[in-house]
Amino acid sequence: MAEKAIGRDIAPPDLRAKITGRAKYAEDFRAEGMLFAKLLLSPMPHCRVRRIDPSAALAMEGVVDILTADDPMMPEITGVAAEAALTNEPLYEGEPVLAVAAVDETTAADAIEAIRVDFEPLPFVVDPLDSLRPGGPNARLDGNIQWREGQTREIREFKWTDDDFDAAGPDRLPMGEPQVEWNVGDVEDGFEDADLVLEETILHQSLSHHPMEPRSCMAYWQNGKLYLHGSTQSTARTHAALANRLGMDQSDVVLVAEYCGGGFGSKISSAPIMDVPAILSRKTGRPVMLRINRYEETYIGRGRPGFQSFAKMGFGNDGRVTAIDLYIVQDAGSYGSSGDFNTAGTVASLCYQPENIRFRAVSVYTNTPPRSAQRAPGGAQIVAMLEPIMDKAARELGMDRLAIRQVNAPGPDGWLGANQGTLSSCFAREALDLGAEVFGWEERTQLSATRRGTKSIGVGIGISPFVGGSRGMDGLLVIRPDGKLYIHQGIGNLGTHSIADTARAACDVLGMDWNDCEVVWGDTSRNLPWSSSQSGSQTTHAHTRANHAAALDAKGKLQEIAAGALGGSPDAYDCADGRVFQAANPGRGMTFAEAARRAIDMGGRYSGHELPDDLNPMTVASANNLAGEGLMGVSRDNYGGDGSIWSWVMGFAQVEVDVETGQIDLTEYTGVTDCGTVLHPRNLAAQIHGGAVQGFGQARSQKWVFDPQWGVAFAKRFYTARPPGILDVPLEMGWAAVGEPDPQTPVGAKGIGEPPIGAGAAAIASAVADALGGQCLCRTPLTTDVVLAALTGTEQPYRPLETHV
Amino acid sequence: MTEVEIIRDRGPRNYSRRKFIKGVIAAGATVSASSYLFRGPGVLTAGQARGGVERLMTLTVNGQQRRVDVLPYETLAMTLRYKLGLTGTKLGCDRAECGACTVHIDGVTHYSCSMLTHQVRGREIRTIEGLESPDGELHPVQQAVMDEGGFQCAFCAPGFIMSMAAFVEDNPGASRAQCAQALSGNLCRCGDYNKILDSAERAVELMDQRA
Repeated sequence: MAEKAIGRDIAPPDLRAKITGRAKYAEDFRAEGMLFAKLLLSPMPHCRVRRIDPSAALAMEGVVDILTADDPMMPEITGVAAEAALTNEPLYEGEPVLAVAAVDETTAADAIEAIRVDFEPLPFVVDPLDSLRPGGPNARLDGNIQWREGQTREIREFKWTDDDFDAAGPDRLPMGEPQVEWNVGDVEDGFEDADLVLEETILHQSLSHHPMEPRSCMAYWQNGKLYLHGSTQSTARTHAALANRLGMDQSDVVLVAEYCGGGFGSKISSAPIMDVPAILSRKTGRPVMLRINRYEETYIGRGRPGFQSFAKMGFGNDGRVTAIDLYIVQDAGSYGSSGDFNTAGTVASLCYQPENIRFRAVSVYTNTPPRSAQRAPGGAQIVAMLEPIMDKAARELGMDRLAIRQVNAPGPDGWLGANQGTLSSCFAREALDLGAEVFGWEERTQLSATRRGTKSIGVGIGISPFVGGSRGMDGLLVIRPDGKLYIHQGIGNLGTHSIADTARAACDVLGMDWNDCEVVWGDTSRNLPWSSSQSGSQTTHAHTRANHAAALDAKGKLQEIAAGALGGSPDAYDCADGRVFQAANPGRGMTFAEAARRAIDMGGRYSGHELPDDLNPMTVASANNLAGEGLMGVSRDNYGGDGSIWSWVMGFAQVEVDVETGQIDLTEYTGVTDCGTVLHPRNLAAQIHGGAVQGFGQARSQKWVFDPQWGVAFAKRFYTARPPGILDVPLEMGWAAVGEPDPQTPVGAKGIGEPPIGAGAAAIASAVADALGGQCLCRTPLTTDVVLAALTGTEQPYRPLETHV
Repeated sequence: MTEVEIIRDRGPRNYSRRKFIKGVIAAGATVSASSYLFRGPGVLTAGQARGGVERLMTLTVNGQQRRVDVLPYETLAMTLRYKLGLTGTKLGCDRAECGACTVHIDGVTHYSCSMLTHQVRGREIRTIEGLESPDGELHPVQQAVMDEGGFQCAFCAPGFIMSMAAFVEDNPGASRAQCAQALSGNLCRCGDYNKILDSAERAVELMDQRA
């Protein structure tokens, strides 16, 4: 019997293409007569375009056409704070205003320089607190927050009073009327019951996603259909979103996105900028390539929202958290409605199971680049902010820092959020125990704050949960007469290998050899099913389930076909090694190839000519195209389940902080996870480590800097935004997994994309505080100037709430 | 409110960026424009040769002689990607920060985004497409990556692999720490450094076995 695919290290099917240069990303495609587009970006953080004079540009040889926000072919984008690809009222420096198509890129760039634009400056703001002041500037003409009440969504002006600001003073968070508030229990009771109360003002910065591949895209039209080569995390969802944006039928759009050079939440679905080559090519009748460079990617490529916040926590002598009072002012950037702040409150409640919690927040628009989900949106920020407070509490209570996490960590009956929701499974405590053992917590903490020359050693821990699944997607697969299993995946190929790893569920249900399985993905003309968006770590959970369901459907059909031909009950048949056979008499059976031929002859549901009635229309369309090609397995995931699905990573770090320079050397890191069944060990390790590396950048180096006078950005490139390089991380990192299956999902696997980043960020923040003798710096990133000021007891270079510096 | 007119003209009059670049080229230095741009044949064939004298030259790429029309300010990355169809070489930053465009020139790693094609005339250029042997045998570094399941999104992979190949070819028995130093000119935003170093160590082993 074929070895099970789940749980083994198997190189993904696309790896050879990736390492030989054959893998084609969006900018690697060419088309006959292809034009190049260039963008004209706003030079101001907020302005109005009064007049555009393109005459000199259009007169230039080789310039073909121009596209502005007013072009009648541009789609109308509706919705509150919805983002069009081009605008006449830029809300941040770098927002695209218009695009020019020319025969080559240099000509297009020359044309951009020849266009005269009359911009009228408008009021702008880069610090949310400035916008909350009475009379403070609004990032948008109609207000500074997105109000939500029931189904209502509208932009409103939201201000606090002078008294709110005066009461707080310059360095504490003013806490005026919140936009959102929820309570569990009563925090005041909780603080009364507490033996220890800690209170901090904390700043978490905004930072770019910076995927390696900028969001370049190329588009052309043939016979009324749009063909678009783009860089996106998802496939089915991006396809739907793109068609919707352009007001087209999904069947008239072909999205090719076989490879994606990283997204981290910034390319979940259709980036607005995809509209530009799509419309320019429709307008010019020629293919159009829009190459996005690193500057442009920094402007339009999204960022994680920063928080200015207040946290007050009460503890009993046993370390139990009696109360959390949290107030977050979120920097919402210029568009959308990032929900990071809400998730932060939910994650705080999950991590520490407080007896009482009050969560208050306001999310304020600023004239800075648009925000979107970035790996563990809200979760990665809050654990990096609160974990050092847990350390401080442990020290003051004379407790071990791991023990205080154990005391508060949820078990399977844990709860989360305003509605006190339940969990599908939770092995957080087991992950902490395993981490302590693998990392050698007890021995290493002996080194806390000890010196090695000029280096002070710090040991830290960071716990990080995040959503790890969703339910109800579709699975679609075909056993063809060649005997192979073709697993169609509507999820994207963003580097997590989940296109292959979630397909293993189908492989194992049918007892197949993985080498006889082909994954079909990344091109919507290849008949893909409706899938989850490749975000929120849903995919592993959602699509092991969907593929499991589709494979069970196929297995049932194989059994029926075999029983019909060879006699006996379908239940008496089993599947393994590409055959369906009688369990009691394995010689009596037929190959999958034979069964596939019979399925084609039998038609109906066997060949996919009849389909279940609960499928998404996209799955139906794909299944209709595939009908008659073989034996079809197709099903919606109807397994159901209770509670939300959350995974965990516990990060353990050791640092050496140079007391003379403030330099932080990260010497050890181990991540330990509860993400259910392990699908692919080596790839799981890569997620735990890779996410942690991003977390190290978040906690230690990456930031945005805006000139407060002009509202323009400085950190626009890698060398100024400072993501971690190979010498910034430990030479070798450890990992482990609890490996307990989630009992509510057939394969038992939960997602793992999100939690590692918060674990890395929180663990290093905790370790640096430890090296500093327990000082809570309450600020990220922990740049050397911040650390050095703390070490020498001199004034911090920034005020506690100062942002974008 | 004050009304201002901003005219998008980035330099002093009569001194465009392109003229500046021409000057730099005349001085024999590498260009550092705000971003590299691709000049195709469209305008040039129309008889307008603003970039100065374009040159038909022969490049030695992956052991083949390739005739190509190269403009004076064209970077090697652009020539490889847009004129020779060698899109394995990636552009992540356009300006010598990320290493995704790393290629070998006479066996030495270079950022092809920061080399002018005219600088490499007569020299041996090797790209990611040239590592695999014609019979499909992978270079030991590529095999090592296959063995270790390296890289996630892999947009950085061609650059890392080229850096790794040049290093392990010249440094038998290199340690993990030495490999990290050698790869420090390449950026991976997926943060897959641990697995990249596992692959590098495996590559050192495979090179030893081959030697």
